[in-house]
Amino acid sequence: MGTTSEYGRRDVIKRAAAIGLIAVPTMSTLAACASGDGGGDNKVEKGEKSAENPLGVNASAPLDVVIFDGGFGEKYAKDAQALYKKKFPDATIKHAATQKIQSVLQPRFNGGTPPDLIDNSGAEQMDMGVLVGKKQLTDLTPLLDAPSIDDPDKKVRDTLRPGVVEMGQFDGDPVWILYYAYTVYGVWYSQTALDKLDAEYPETWDDMLAVCEKAKKQGIAGWTYAGKHPYYLPFSLYPFIAKIGGKEVLDSIDNLEPNAWKHPAVKAAFEAYYELFRKGYILKGTPGMDHIQSQTAWNQGKALFIPNGSWVENEAKKTTPDDFEMRVSAPSGLDSSDKLPFGTLWASGGEPFIVPAKAKNPDGGMEQLRIMLSEQSSKNFTQQVSSLTSFDGGTDGLTLPPGLTSAVAALDKAGDNIVNPRIQDWYVALQKEKIGGGGIGEMMAGRLTPAEAIKKIQGYADAAAKDDSIKHYKHQ
Amino acid sequence: MKHGQYRFIAGFLAAPLAVYAVFVLWPFVQSIYYSFTDWTGLSPEFSMVGVENYSRMLEDDVFWKSLQHSLLFVLLLPLVTIGLALFFAFMINVGGRSRKGAAVTGVRGSSFYKIVYFFPQVLSIAIVALLFQFAYNPNSGALNSALKAVGLDGVQPNWLGDPGLALWCVMAVLVWSTVGFFVVLFSAGMTSIPKDFYEAALLDGASRVTTFFRVTLPLLWDTVQSGWIYMGILALGAESFAVVQIMTVGPGGPDYSTTVLPLYVYMKAFRDGQAAYATTIGVALLVVTLAFAAVVMRLGRRERLEY
Repeated sequence: MGTTSEYGRRDVIKRAAAIGLIAVPTMSTLAACASGDGGGDNKVEKGEKSAENPLGVNASAPLDVVIFDGGFGEKYAKDAQALYKKKFPDATIKHAATQKIQSVLQPRFNGGTPPDLIDNSGAEQMDMGVLVGKKQLTDLTPLLDAPSIDDPDKKVRDTLRPGVVEMGQFDGDPVWILYYAYTVYGVWYSQTALDKLDAEYPETWDDMLAVCEKAKKQGIAGWTYAGKHPYYLPFSLYPFIAKIGGKEVLDSIDNLEPNAWKHPAVKAAFEAYYELFRKGYILKGTPGMDHIQSQTAWNQGKALFIPNGSWVENEAKKTTPDDFEMRVSAPSGLDSSDKLPFGTLWASGGEPFIVPAKAKNPDGGMEQLRIMLSEQSSKNFTQQVSSLTSFDGGTDGLTLPPGLTSAVAALDKAGDNIVNPRIQDWYVALQKEKIGGGGIGEMMAGRLTPAEAIKKIQGYADAAAKDDSIKHYKHQ
Repeated sequence: MKHGQYRFIAGFLAAPLAVYAVFVLWPFVQSIYYSFTDWTGLSPEFSMVGVENYSRMLEDDVFWKSLQHSLLFVLLLPLVTIGLALFFAFMINVGGRSRKGAAVTGVRGSSFYKIVYFFPQVLSIAIVALLFQFAYNPNSGALNSALKAVGLDGVQPNWLGDPGLALWCVMAVLVWSTVGFFVVLFSAGMTSIPKDFYEAALLDGASRVTTFFRVTLPLLWDTVQSGWIYMGILALGAESFAVVQIMTVGPGGPDYSTTVLPLYVYMKAFRDGQAAYATTIGVALLVVTLAFAAVVMRLGRRERLEY
């Protein structure tokens, strides 16, 4: 019974299994991307330079823009393109928005036909170090030295917020990246929740522990954080280290110097944070929560403080109660012996824009950036997505939401005491996976003591310093 | 054979073989070639570096961890899934109390169970992983809420946040989502086993366990073997990648406790811009997969029973 048809079916399954066996580990898509030829140098002709057109944009050349369609959407970019079109009516603009930057653009880079301007952001961000190392980007110095749209006497570079130009540099003078958004990192809280406890934002660690104790008595946790992405913790931990021991400590960490993590300031900061775990001030279950889950718990009033960046206001909009009164503060210090004053803050650029080296119309790409860095476009962006831009100013006359208002105030208070740990963009795997996941995250979950965590992290850093498959950078 | 028959067959085979060569074999050759270069994946320029990627891989702790987890997957997942599926299929088709008129039947409501078991199969693995991510949420997830509801307030694990539990959580999801397919596969196999075999066994006084091991399993062996390979590939490939990538801390964490080979390939190629090194790990994955298939084929070789 059923012999022939039986074996037929089995053979089909076997064959299917065999095909699956062959197909599974293939890297076919990956391999298919490579091996285009370099592509010729076929740039558009340069246009005439003038006061209105300092970059010498070819007025009729098409412009090709790819935007990361993430938390900030794509509307601000389209608005800026409309301004470009108004200035150069003969130019056709090709606009594309995607969340999959790398999947969309990798074949174009490999084929030598990249677009003229890219917002290289999101989970599929292309590795900047590799792009720079392989000479795939255009130096943006002409843009930075061009007069700004609002004031012809001022260069674009002088209209930017502190640190933005440096962030675009890797080795030496050329500026490869222009970060358009400006993010304020710190300890986020609800003013309403603190008022209910009759507490103020604590400026020293003793006060911080006191506030947490007060909250604990009410059944509220002191802290929560994105346990599944422990690299959120450095948003407040790193400036805390800088406040205790000075900016040099963070610089030596960025430079992957031997024993950088053994500095007493690092030890003091780690021990202070570990105290939060030891005293039970961290919301239960935090190590298993992702960023959204922890933010939601924080919005629900289950925890007072959360280390985060200024995108949180937009991201947590749906779960934030109307009377939440979101605030951000610079991290609390340790005590009066700290090197830097209270207010020391991590702020840096986000949404990295790049102009590929093989773009056909690189001047057009830079001109589009120049337009985006005008006061008009910057205000438009801030209003649409409640985030600051790299353009210094651009908030006058706007009604900002409470979190962003406090972020602007925090920036003012910080003054020059703004830190910008570069380990986050120089060594992504080291920062997110190893230091964040393997070190700090494990310590905050109580599975490592501060001393063990420091030892482990120093080991990771030493290994990264020796690893010649990654490009190394140093603070200038 | 008639003259020209081979040419006739070759004519039919040419097109599929060409497609196979271009889309399967050629990428293989290419990947192996790229594993000897320093290609970043972000620029068309690269140069040959010899076996540098391979020697680096052998010293890479994360690679060994990923390999270890992938091997654990490939050993345990088929065993558990196929064991469970065989048990369920047997209960559905043969294991029931004997009723009037039929020597062997399934347990009561077996046709209903068959559909229920198959249900996870119609959900995309990405959705399954997302759903379980919510269930594993230590703060308000279904699991910890259930534990609380039965009075186990003290037992509130962090699930995916706990390096000792995370890998098991991931495996449980894979078992849950794939066991149904094998239940249906084995059920189909069992229904084609002639009923008189069972009747004869029952007349001789065989218990259900004996029936299973002496009658059902031997006659189902070919199907089980295919299922085993299929499940192994699933455990090494796309499915394990999806679940780890979507559900776990990091992903691949906490502290590399859930990282698997396909995830590591992905991270190296698409996050770190080291496509050549990623293809090197891909080659290692290929070797593991082929070795697994060879072992299963070898161990599973038995005399085929005709019935």
